[in-house]
Amino acid sequence: MELRKNYFADERKDDLHEIGQSRPRSDAPGHVTGKTAYFADRSFPGLLHLKMVRSPHHHARIRSIDTSAAEKHPGVVRVLTAKDIPHNLYTILILIQVGPEDEYVLAEDKVRWKGEAVVAVVAETERAAQEAVDKVKVDYEVLPAVFDMEEALKPGAPPVNEHHPGNFYLYDSGDHRKVRFGDIEKGFAEADHILEQTYASSPIEQAPTETTGCVVVPEGNDRFTCHTNTQAMFFTLDNTSIILQMPGHKLHMVGGTVGGGFGGKVDVIVEPIAILAARLTGRPVSFIYDRYEEMQISSPRAAEKIVIKDGVTKDGRIVGRKVTGYTDAGAYSRHSPYGAQKGAAHYPGPYTVPNVWIDTYCVYTNRTPSSAMRGFGVTIADFALEVQMDKLARLIGMDPLEFRFVNAYRDGDMKAHRQPTTGAALIECMQEASRAANWPVAEKYLKMSSYKQGA
Amino acid sequence: MAKVPIQFVLNGDEKAEFVESGSTLLKVLREKLGDTSPKGGCQQGTCGTCSVLVDGELRLSCLTLAETCEGAEITTTSGLAEGGVLHPLQRAFQEGFAIQCGFCTPGMIMAAKALLDRVPNPTREEVVDAISGNICRCTGYEPIIRAILSAARSNSHHAA
Repeated sequence: MELRKNYFADERKDDLHEIGQSRPRSDAPGHVTGKTAYFADRSFPGLLHLKMVRSPHHHARIRSIDTSAAEKHPGVVRVLTAKDIPHNLYTILILIQVGPEDEYVLAEDKVRWKGEAVVAVVAETERAAQEAVDKVKVDYEVLPAVFDMEEALKPGAPPVNEHHPGNFYLYDSGDHRKVRFGDIEKGFAEADHILEQTYASSPIEQAPTETTGCVVVPEGNDRFTCHTNTQAMFFTLDNTSIILQMPGHKLHMVGGTVGGGFGGKVDVIVEPIAILAARLTGRPVSFIYDRYEEMQISSPRAAEKIVIKDGVTKDGRIVGRKVTGYTDAGAYSRHSPYGAQKGAAHYPGPYTVPNVWIDTYCVYTNRTPSSAMRGFGVTIADFALEVQMDKLARLIGMDPLEFRFVNAYRDGDMKAHRQPTTGAALIECMQEASRAANWPVAEKYLKMSSYKQGA
Repeated sequence: MAKVPIQFVLNGDEKAEFVESGSTLLKVLREKLGDTSPKGGCQQGTCGTCSVLVDGELRLSCLTLAETCEGAEITTTSGLAEGGVLHPLQRAFQEGFAIQCGFCTPGMIMAAKALLDRVPNPTREEVVDAISGNICRCTGYEPIIRAILSAARSNSHHAA
C-alpha cells in the first residue's frame, strides 16, 4: 500500500511524537477569559448602523421605490438603492470563471426570493435604521413563484432568474453535469436485482451563534478597513473590488476569529454594501445580521433530491449505478453550480462500479439562495448512497458491512470520472471499524487490502 | 434621547455611566464599559451567549434593562481570573478542550459558575440542566459537561 510517508519521503520527519499527546490550543486562553476579539467586539466613535429593506414576496416585479419618508426620519444619514452600487450585478465564483453574473447587491426591477435586499438604510442608531426601513415604500407586482425543482424544470415554469433560461445552470455539458462510464444498460441486464429509490433533503441553516456581519472604518484616504467574520477573505476582497469598482489596495479586509461559520459565511453579502455606506457617509458603518436574518436570509445548505437506481448481483456486486441529482440553488447561483458538479463526481461513492450513469442538475427556484455548508454537494449524496447500500445489502440478504467490502474501491481501480484510485484506505478503515464496533465480518474480509498484490 | 445615570459594580470595580433609557445591560457592558466578554448571539434571550451574573443570579444580559441593575454586583467571564490565575472553570474548559469557536464560551462559563456557586458537587444531570439555555453550535457539549464536572471536583479537592 502507498502510505502518506511515501508521498512525502523527502520531507518527512520520523521523530514526531504529537499523536496521543495533549497540546494546548493557542486560542484557548483568549476564549476562556473572554478576551478573544471577534469582529463586533470593536467600537468606533460615530458608528452608523445599516439595516436592510427586504422583499416580503417570493417573486415580484418592482414598480416603484419611494424612500422619501425614510430619508426624513430622524437619525437617518443615507438611504441606498441599486443605482448607488457601481457594479450591482455580480456572482461570487466569477473569480474562477463560473458565470454568468446573476445576482443583484440591491434589487433592481425584480425580487426573486422572500427576503431579497432592496434598499439599505444607514442611521445613527439601530433603532432609527429599523424605523426608517419600515417607512420605505416599495410597490410590488406579485409574480407566480416556483418552489419545487422538478416543477421549475418543466416548460412554461415561471422564469426565476433571467440569467438562467429554463431555470437550470448551463454547464459546458448542457443543462446538467454528466458522468458516463461503461454501459449502464448492460450493467442492469447483468443484475439479479434492481433497486430504485428517491432521497430528498430540506435546506439546512448553519446557524452559527455569531451572526454574519462586518464593521467598516474609513481610513480617511479613500481606503477602508473592514472587520469581517467572513470565512472567505479573498472571495470577499475580490468580489468587493468588482462590486465597488475599487482597486484591492483600497480595501483593507481584517478577519480573525469567527464565532462559528460551518460554510454559512463564505458568501459576499454584507461587506460591499457596508463599505459603500462608509464611503458615502465618511463614517464607520456596522452591518450585522440579527438572528432572524441569520436564520432566514443567509444561505442554507441546498435542498437536494437524489434518485438512485442500482443493479446488484446475488453475490453482492453492484454492476450498474444510475443517479439523477437535483440541487436547489434558490434564486441565485452563489456556490451551488459548484456543489452540484461536485456531487456528479462523487456519486459512485467509495465503491468500484463498472457501469455508471450520472446526471446532476443545479436548479433555480424562488427560494432563499443556497450555498456552502460542510461538504456541500457530497454530504447529502453520502447520506443517500449509504442508505442505499444498506437497502441493497438487505435486498440480497448480505451483511451490510461485508457488502461494502465486496464493493470497496482499491488502488488501481478506475473511478467513474476516470481518475485512477490511489492511496485508498477504505478497506483498512472498515477492518478497524469492524473491530472497534464489535461488528464481526468473515475472515476473508479481514485479509483484504486496498493495495492489490501485483497490481 | 433622555439619558439616565446608573451605577453598579462590575467584576469588583465601581462603574458610573449615563445610558440611554431602555438600554440593555449587554449593550452597556459592551459599548459603554468595553467588556466584550458577553456576546450578542441572538439578542432575544434564546442562545445564552450574553449570560452574566447579577447579584449572583444567572441573567441574560440582552434581555436585562441596565436600569434594573442599579447598585447591583455584576460578574462576567472577563472578571473571573484573579491576579492572572484562571478560575477553575476557565482552567477546566481550556484543559478539557471544551471550546471550539469560543463564541458560546463566556456565557457557558457563567452558567456553569452560577451552578457551582449554588451546587458545588453537581450531578451530570444538574450540569446538563444548568447549561440547557446555552447553545454551542459547534456541538461540543460533552467536553463542556466534562469540564464543568472536572472543575467541581477540583474545587472540592481544594476545599478538602
